[in-house]
Amino acid sequence: MLRIEKLNFAYDDLKVLWDVDLEVNEGEIVTVVGANGAGKTTTLKNISRLEKPGSGTITFEGRDLGRMQPHQVVEMGLVQVPEGRRIFPEMTVMENLRMGSYVKATRPDRQKNLDRVFGLFPRLREREKQLGGTMSGGEQQMLAIARGLMANPRLLVLDEPSLGLSPLFVKNIFDIINGINRQGVTILLVEQNVYQSLRISHRAYVMETGRVVLTGTGDELLANDHVKKAFLGM
Amino acid sequence: MAVFMQSLLSGILIGGVYALIGIGLTLIFGVMRVINFAHGDILMVGMYLTYIAFTWLGIDPFVSVLVTFPLMFLFGGFLQKVFINRVLKAVAQNQILLTIGLGLIMSNTVMLIFTSDYKLISTSYSSSTLKVGGGVSLSTPLLVSFLITATITAALYWFLLKTDTGQAIRATAQDREAATLMGINVKRMSIIAFGLGSALAGTAGALIAPTYYIFPQVGSVFTLKAFVITVLGGMGSVVGAMLGGILIGVTESLSAVYISSGWKDVVVFVLFLLVLLFKPSGLMGKSRT
Ligand SMILES: Nc1ncnc2c1ncn2[C@@H]1O[C@H](COP(=O)(O)OP(=O)(O)O)[C@@H](O)[C@H]1O
Ligand SMILES: [Mg+2]
Repeated sequence: MLRIEKLNFAYDDLKVLWDVDLEVNEGEIVTVVGANGAGKTTTLKNISRLEKPGSGTITFEGRDLGRMQPHQVVEMGLVQVPEGRRIFPEMTVMENLRMGSYVKATRPDRQKNLDRVFGLFPRLREREKQLGGTMSGGEQQMLAIARGLMANPRLLVLDEPSLGLSPLFVKNIFDIINGINRQGVTILLVEQNVYQSLRISHRAYVMETGRVVLTGTGDELLANDHVKKAFLGM
Repeated sequence: MAVFMQSLLSGILIGGVYALIGIGLTLIFGVMRVINFAHGDILMVGMYLTYIAFTWLGIDPFVSVLVTFPLMFLFGGFLQKVFINRVLKAVAQNQILLTIGLGLIMSNTVMLIFTSDYKLISTSYSSSTLKVGGGVSLSTPLLVSFLITATITAALYWFLLKTDTGQAIRATAQDREAATLMGINVKRMSIIAFGLGSALAGTAGALIAPTYYIFPQVGSVFTLKAFVITVLGGMGSVVGAMLGGILIGVTESLSAVYISSGWKDVVVFVLFLLVLLFKPSGLMGKSRT
């Protein structure tokens, strides 16, 4: 479904991605783990065309993203929930959700999608009229994911959804991601919570200083000595 | 008392036009983070469009708003698409130089065509007044222009709050990158925002055309005024620009009556400095951390 081949990228003079290869198949949950600064977010920004690759190709459902504008990528059903939630702070919960279905093709499904995300996150219905910026971190994360779902994603890309959440809530978020995947949405997940994310993943990649150094199924990586040492503290 | 009411009400009426100017500038700043130093010159172009419509085609200045608004929207959209969109990521100095340059081109082009002579639009109602009771009478053109301003502002408010495009413009202003990830074409939103900002400035130009001298350099006064209004109200805040506009209209009007019309600009700047001293982010502004 998504295929990244030999992606290289630099912020001006600072090269941060080296020959990154990564693939996501329809129906999977694929996770990218790695330490801070490994280049995970940068990879996702290249996927959503917020940054333009130095070299390499990214295709989605067989179509080259190389010539596309960022908004066209969303129109194809490749939707990203960015790191740090990025809720529109001075818009209400409802307005934020409406922006999630800004793409014309998704507007007819707006009501259906609203029902769906309110089903997943009943809390958001109670907070409908509250300004996004005044909500707690956990609520903002729910809203960010819900907003992403409003766009009818075929591939949902999530950048560190558990960051800054209380431990109780972290477990909750991974259950929800799993649930969304069961409803037929393919997921590309970037996480620092290695144990929880590998547990729900079909496949995963480990990134270190801009390179993919390891790949395998979630269970394989959980059992891998390097992963255990570097990320699981074992 | 009647004198006070008279100048207070006149101040509010002229403040409506100022609000329109300020809202345009604040909308452009909010979405693009670019300060449009050509704002007054865009207003000046609106004045000349009104002048042309009046003297060549015999269209009433207030009716000409129906033409001025869409024409100035297209003009602003064109400026954004061809010039401003290219410098969105440039340093602030370059953006400022670009908008100043665009303003100079506008005023000089107009000077070439119309010379720097002062033009006047004199309508049958230019100096007519309406008695509203209590010894207070208000200028008819000011009253009409205020009604038009209020209508446009209400429509704009509805557009920004209720329509998908309006919400997308606000979303772009609040977080450009997040807006992009919603599938919003932020360049297009910028074009619409600059178009709207220019249409508002041009309309303000049309509305003051019957009561003001028209000349190519008239813009600089209004660029400064627009800047004071938006900073006073809080950069990027539409409601703030509305308040700022009315406040400045009233301050000018009252100080012209009670101090001297030569001093009204001084009073406005003292007020401006006082507000910034006690609330640096402006009346409705949020302090950016
Ligand atoms: N906008 C930017 N400009 C310059 N360097 C950046 C920028 N964003 C990230 N970097 C650098 O790129 C590297 C990779 O960052 P990032 O992709 O955010 O890593 P991760 O998401 O894995 O923590 C880091 O060294 C970071 O400092
Ligand atoms: Mg990151």
